[in-house]
Amino acid sequence: MTAPKFTTGQRVRIADRTPPVHHRVPSYAKGQVGIIERVCGMHGEPEKFIRGDGIPAQRLYRVTIPQTELWKPYDGTASDILEIEIFEHWLEPAE
Amino acid sequence: MSESWGPHDVGGQEGGPVDLSEHDIAHWEWQIDAMVRLALSKGLISDFAELRDGIERLTPEDYENFTYYERWAKSLAYTLVSRGIISEAALAEKARVIRDRQQAEAAS
Amino acid sequence: MTGHDHSRTFQADHPEPTSDAARIGLALRELLIEAGHYTVDEEQVVIAAMQGASPENGAKIVARAWIDPAYRERLLRNGGKALEEAGFDIAPYEFTVMENTGDIHNVIVCTLCSCYPRSLLGMSPAWYKSKSYRSRVVREPRKVLAEFGVKLNEDVDVRVHDSTAELRYMVLPQRPAGTDGWSEEKLASLVTRDSLIGTQRDLRVRCRS
Repeated sequence: MTAPKFTTGQRVRIADRTPPVHHRVPSYAKGQVGIIERVCGMHGEPEKFIRGDGIPAQRLYRVTIPQTELWKPYDGTASDILEIEIFEHWLEPAE
Repeated sequence: MSESWGPHDVGGQEGGPVDLSEHDIAHWEWQIDAMVRLALSKGLISDFAELRDGIERLTPEDYENFTYYERWAKSLAYTLVSRGIISEAALAEKARVIRDRQQAEAAS
Repeated sequence: MTGHDHSRTFQADHPEPTSDAARIGLALRELLIEAGHYTVDEEQVVIAAMQGASPENGAKIVARAWIDPAYRERLLRNGGKALEEAGFDIAPYEFTVMENTGDIHNVIVCTLCSCYPRSLLGMSPAWYKSKSYRSRVVREPRKVLAEFGVKLNEDVDVRVHDSTAELRYMVLPQRPAGTDGWSEEKLASLVTRDSLIGTQRDLRVRCRS
């Protein structure tokens, strides 16, 4: 099991890319900056799976994104949030 | 935010009010659900990712028009046919047999 | 009896579907059974297990967390372990419990498909799988919640959880007032499916004479 690349509280950017295969990042979250809410376990990463060869395990995180960053305009409070699960290879450190 | 990349990628889209009515799951829907679970436990598919992958390959029209378990059915059929576990010809023939059977039952 | 008759278990009040897509599913099922990939008996076992799961399972977890603060801590910190303690298992998924408080309201969705902790909540309602719910609850959660009758003031934050991968979520609703001293079973009876998804906030204490 590899050590997690990111820690709770760290600012991260979700990659803005669209691989033409099954992947679990909704388009609304792509390119967004959020904060690691928790470091989860290693899980089969569906994007990389090769039929019949299983699914390589990859570190999973929960990322918190302010709703006011995601949607403009957003009808709610400045502290409303959205939380989403993102695999490690979709994340990079953000300022 | 980038463009939606498949018919399933709907988060943030606009839509009408949520239809709150409850529904019963029909017998055939339980059977489709069980079939997918058994396909997984028997190793015919290796992960639910394969089921989702097949669903995401539906055309936007099919995705929109199919019911939930119709999507599952089409997806598993796609995967098992492309893996050679079931032949496309046998599937089409069996579907025809079922349709004939249903029509005969409806007429009787 | 031929193999094909064998795999037919429809009853008169459960008519077979007549769409082409559904028939492909039924055809696939019959072919898999005929080829020996699984049996009708195995199918029945799987269906019975699915039908046996209901929100009562989740309700038991909630009631236990209400009564036992140490259990509540464990549940929020490591949902999977706390679930095992209570005799449930949703491996390989990570069970994740989000607690409602006076100023936080949680709601669960799966925008990409319709991931749902079935073993604890039973089968998902149609609306959970609907495009309208999946598309809108992330963008306008307060408006969608209002359609469910949940009116949130500005002093309550909304937290939307999009179940995109291997976590499965349940909301821990607030314990209603006026339930001091209630038994775990009686408390569990207050907990509804929608309160576990987050489309209901206040649980009603039903008066029973």
